[in-house]
Amino acid sequence: MSVRIGVLALQGDFAEHGAMLGRLDAEPVEVRQVSDMHGIAGLIIPGGESTTIGKLMERYGFRQPIRDLAQAGKPIWGTCAGLILMARDVGRCQPLLNLLDISVERNAFGRQTDSFETDLEIEGIGGDPFPAVFIRAPVVRAVGPGVQVLSRLEDGTIVAVRRGRLFGTAFHPELTGDTRLHASFVEMARHA
Amino acid sequence: MSSNGSVSKNTETVKRGLAQMLKGGVIMDVVTAEQARIAEDAGAAAVMALERVPADIRADGGVARMADPEKVLEIQAAVTIPVMAKCRIGHFVEAEVLQALGVDYIDESEVLTPADEEHHVAKSGFDVPFVCGCRNLGEALRRIGEGAAMVRTKGEAGTGDVVEAVRHMRRVMSELRQIQHMRPDELFAYAKEIQAPLNLVEEAAELGRMPVVNFAAGGIATPSDAALMMRLGSDGNFVGSGIFKSGDPAQRARAIVEATTNFEDSALVAEVSRNLGEPMVGIANSSLQPEEMLAGRGW
Repeated sequence: MSVRIGVLALQGDFAEHGAMLGRLDAEPVEVRQVSDMHGIAGLIIPGGESTTIGKLMERYGFRQPIRDLAQAGKPIWGTCAGLILMARDVGRCQPLLNLLDISVERNAFGRQTDSFETDLEIEGIGGDPFPAVFIRAPVVRAVGPGVQVLSRLEDGTIVAVRRGRLFGTAFHPELTGDTRLHASFVEMARHA
Repeated sequence: MSSNGSVSKNTETVKRGLAQMLKGGVIMDVVTAEQARIAEDAGAAAVMALERVPADIRADGGVARMADPEKVLEIQAAVTIPVMAKCRIGHFVEAEVLQALGVDYIDESEVLTPADEEHHVAKSGFDVPFVCGCRNLGEALRRIGEGAAMVRTKGEAGTGDVVEAVRHMRRVMSELRQIQHMRPDELFAYAKEIQAPLNLVEEAAELGRMPVVNFAAGGIATPSDAALMMRLGSDGNFVGSGIFKSGDPAQRARAIVEATTNFEDSALVAEVSRNLGEPMVGIANSSLQPEEMLAGRGW
């Protein structure tokens, strides 16, 4: 049975996430208004500009419905800007969902010319290392109790976290051809 | 649970990837740090740092060049969103200077006075990604062949008249639709006809879309203009003079951001368009002399 996965489509690379889901046994749903969330089994918050997405999220009243979705045990996954939006604290004033007890530093590697690709070992993802694309990427500087670290760069910097069914990655699996993370998210949504 | 891979910077994936993160968003021209903050607060996905907006370049005449580095640095310090800046067509030293300043994207732009009438910048050799203007598919693919990681329509900057942006976007989208139905031998002939690299024509035909992100630019002045360009297939919008040459820039900027996100929701576009105050005055393109058109610059 195909499972409906919402992709927050206020701004950013939501179409790329939709294409990844389309390659799996999942039906992507572009979420532009709160009413679009009806019947979704999970939600992806894509890459983009976190200030832009955050402002639109606030303007259209998404904060509580997304928190309710998490409360109902549905999986939520933020990539890059999505990770920022799920954080408790980013060291500056901007709209956040405060779903994960993490402190995030935005643009932690510098400007666009410091963006990079590398391979990562990710807890729970077997096989070859995962191809990870970091674009003006954030990093997780501190995690609260109960937040599990799923992946680190060689220098120990935290770039993927999980708490229960809530996930955050500083990189963009949707820009690669590797569907393993999307597949595991869809499986979790199917059984949530 | 540790990284074991080496790190590669400035790859095509990374350069094109930043443009993918800007999709569905609005990139706004700004000339001061204060304007940059207004743009970011309104929800801009990026800003374009300029010495003068296109409407003033048009009014003032003279040679339009890269912005003063001091201005670029001030704007970079004022916001957390990506900062782009324009260099003159073919002026690879201006491009190197902008790269040295750490801008996130360079627009090799026909809005500035061209520095070279035969050669565009060899963009592949740069670490920083480039966006370039186009009027048709051939021009877009030539720029991508030179290394552009993003394209936009040229439109006609500084006029507030959307007609040229519409013409260019329709042309590009129509040509993309046509090549999807061509046989391989027809693609060879077509690539020659539009003077585009064959491998990129084949890639676009296979993908059924532009190989890189494709924004609209040049004359967008209202929320409805922004939604129109999205409906025609644009991935997002550049707005130049349209915001800071209008009566209430902050409110107009927010409205254009919302119309770009919810481009299919006419009721919402109607709502955000209410009481926006004066739009930029504008110049009808049909009243411009051919030599006054900026879109003819570049090839």
